[in-house]
Amino acid sequence: MKLEPILQVKNVKKAFGGVQALVDVSFSVNEGEIFGVIGPNGSGKTTLINCITSFIRMDSGKVFYRGRDISHHAPHKIANLGITRTFQIMRPYYSLPAYKNLIIPLFSPRAKRTGGWRGGGKLGDRDAVGIDILEEIGFERDSFVPYKMASSLPTGYLKRLELARCLALRPEIIICDEVFSEMDGITLIMIEHRLRELFRVAQRVMVLNFGEKIAEGKPEEVMEDEEVKRAYLGSDRSLDEPSEGGKG
Amino acid sequence: MKPETGERRRERLDRGIKVRTEGIYAISSWEEMNYLLVPRLALIVGMLILPLAMPSMYWQRVISIVCIYALLALGFDFLAHFVGLVSLGGALFIGVGGYLAAILNTSLGFPIAVTIPIATIGGAIICTLLLLPALPLRGVYFAIVTLMYPLVLLRIIEALNILGGTEGILGVASFPNRWVEQYLIILMVIVSLFGLRRLVNQDVGLVFRGVKDNDQAVKASGLSITLYKSIAVFIASGLGCLGGAFLAHIYMWAGISQFALDFSILPIAATVIGGGGTLVGPIVGCLILVPISELLRAFGTLRIVFYALILTAFIVVRSEGLMVYAQRKYHQFERWVRV
Amino acid sequence: MDILIYGTINSFSLALMAIGFTLVYGISRLPNFAHGALYVVTGFLVWSFISILGVHYIAGIILSLVITGLLGAAIYQFVLIRVRGMATSEIIASYAIGLAILEGFRWGGFKGMTYTLPVFIEGSIEIAGVPVDLQRIIVVGIGAVVVAFLWLFTHYNKIGLALRGMAQDERAAMMLGIDSDMMALVAMALGSILAGLAAIALLPLGNIVVEAGYRVLILAIAVCIVGGLGSWGGAVLAAFIIGFAQIITVAYIASHFHIVVALLAIIITLILRPSGLFGRQKELEERV
Repeated sequence: MKLEPILQVKNVKKAFGGVQALVDVSFSVNEGEIFGVIGPNGSGKTTLINCITSFIRMDSGKVFYRGRDISHHAPHKIANLGITRTFQIMRPYYSLPAYKNLIIPLFSPRAKRTGGWRGGGKLGDRDAVGIDILEEIGFERDSFVPYKMASSLPTGYLKRLELARCLALRPEIIICDEVFSEMDGITLIMIEHRLRELFRVAQRVMVLNFGEKIAEGKPEEVMEDEEVKRAYLGSDRSLDEPSEGGKG
Repeated sequence: MKPETGERRRERLDRGIKVRTEGIYAISSWEEMNYLLVPRLALIVGMLILPLAMPSMYWQRVISIVCIYALLALGFDFLAHFVGLVSLGGALFIGVGGYLAAILNTSLGFPIAVTIPIATIGGAIICTLLLLPALPLRGVYFAIVTLMYPLVLLRIIEALNILGGTEGILGVASFPNRWVEQYLIILMVIVSLFGLRRLVNQDVGLVFRGVKDNDQAVKASGLSITLYKSIAVFIASGLGCLGGAFLAHIYMWAGISQFALDFSILPIAATVIGGGGTLVGPIVGCLILVPISELLRAFGTLRIVFYALILTAFIVVRSEGLMVYAQRKYHQFERWVRV
Repeated sequence: MDILIYGTINSFSLALMAIGFTLVYGISRLPNFAHGALYVVTGFLVWSFISILGVHYIAGIILSLVITGLLGAAIYQFVLIRVRGMATSEIIASYAIGLAILEGFRWGGFKGMTYTLPVFIEGSIEIAGVPVDLQRIIVVGIGAVVVAFLWLFTHYNKIGLALRGMAQDERAAMMLGIDSDMMALVAMALGSILAGLAAIALLPLGNIVVEAGYRVLILAIAVCIVGGLGSWGGAVLAAFIIGFAQIITVAYIASHFHIVVALLAIIITLILRPSGLFGRQKELEERV
């Protein structure tokens, strides 16, 4: 695992009307790392992703990918660089089979160049590549799961389908918004509300509260941080206890 | 759409034969093949026979006009229901295509066989460029811009007295004979219909649908929304410009009335009445509305009021449109089910 | 000097035309393509009241404004409310109604004679050596009063504040218990009344023709796009920019170019700064 930052986010600020959603957030992520971002509801996690991937224009701040300034690139250009993201509220094509849902990312210039996740170069038949990716991510080919209508799949599979959408781009970075999963060989930025599982997997974490970064570091250290405990639990209870449900 | 009455519920299921004709099984027997082919053949044959069934020159002219509107309506349906862009200004395409063909013919002396293709493709390029600024933006901007262009261009031509001013460009060549005129345009409509059908059923059709339903996911998947919208606008405006070029050669003239409101509102009314999202519906809508409009010609612009009001009525009542209803009846059956 | 005066007059005229459109859009996100139609309707109503029914001018004005406001509300209540949320249908329905009204007038409303509204005060005065009709000064006056009134209304009156809240953040306003349908209804009514007010101020300067309806729609949209759809401060500022641009163009290039200015203004805005002068950058924000 190289220790060069693959992504650097500097001083991102974003306000909506009178509300400061992101106060001044900076962090960097190293290549191949699994980096967690946690925070209670309304702490600005999704806004942060939207700013990094240019779905929202930030008021100020810069984002660097391997040293290149991508702060004002269009969202699809950022995706074509290999920086992918999932959406918390998924909207797959329910009336289509699962593998057809991957057609769109397989149309991208990047997929054409790289052949998608585990592809060997130029893109082959899109349907076949789609099915391969789904199998890779746990859709059992033998039980014909990839061919099932998306409407008949349970949430767990749908979340993986969302990840597959990112994999189709052969990503360098995946930013997972409330999707829990394990991947290797890629840098992962995981936005989570469920602390326990995240802490087991992530190598470093950052905690957001009201648009500000209040802690960053190894999970064990962050768990002990007073401010983090107060923000999340409102008291000095231990973060080892199961966190409350609900989406961030 | 499943009204509850007491303990019963209406249920809609695909007919057996519809399910049997999906995929490769469609050619397994005559019954299946007929199920798929008959409606399509009926449409094609019907359209091809029409000029023979109505040999009077007046009605043949009407058929040509129906086809021109059909091209516009196809474009509108494609843009609105397959890509999510509402085009309020079909007149823009007709006008650009018409003027372009007229100029190519009268000023540069090109024959019809050349003016029509150039007017179609060139016109499509011009219209796409004109509409380009609105494409990266939300749908309402596209609607506004398509609304504005015909209204403004018409007034500019009038005020600055360019392109023939209120008189227009006269002396445009006509078709060698009226059968060529008729069948060429009918052919264009049929080709466009089946071509578009094919297009939206390909994988790229999924991309367009994504642009319409979930553009965030499309952007996040590395595709440029603007690019795909541009492609869609190019296709739709090409159809409209084709119609405009035909119009110029049929009437041997291109003028500001080609930016008229009929061309903007009738395609919309035809689509809503005929059934949006089917690509066939708009054509059926034109077959109904254009002859009526001819009959109403004596009433002046009342016919526009008529289209607008019918259109509004259909939208408010949330009618699905003729062809959607027809397709539903053809493909599905209903029954009552105990809850 | 006359550029300054004519420019100001033109700018206030444009502001009056545009403010109704931007108000409706700002509050309910509905593009009211019937705006031009409502303008003409009011003019026609006033004319009918004073010419056919012999009503006093001022009474005619008030009655017409009320009727136009009710018409706008009716359009919302009976048509638009049923297609709320379906963007495609909203746009088509609004366009169809506007067209139906305008073309209906073209066919049935205006025949034979010329229809005019009398000016409020006859005569003209000289300002800095430039002759100006008193009616045009009244236009400026009405424009200034409308802008000031709207500002005060949306900052100090309960309903006005609610409207402003809706314009800024619909969901937050709904959470505070403000009924979005009610607000949209009020917005359409107000927007229609403002369209009518513009008609009352401006129509005495010319004839009542259907063409005016289309012209008002085009100019109102141009001003609102430049100013930012939904921003009334932006609309006023944009009215001045376009207003002066038009007068300067007419003075130095040719008198027919004023509509070209409107078109160019829209295109340039969409290319350079799509959200307009004061619009928020909604086209880039994530839909939730």
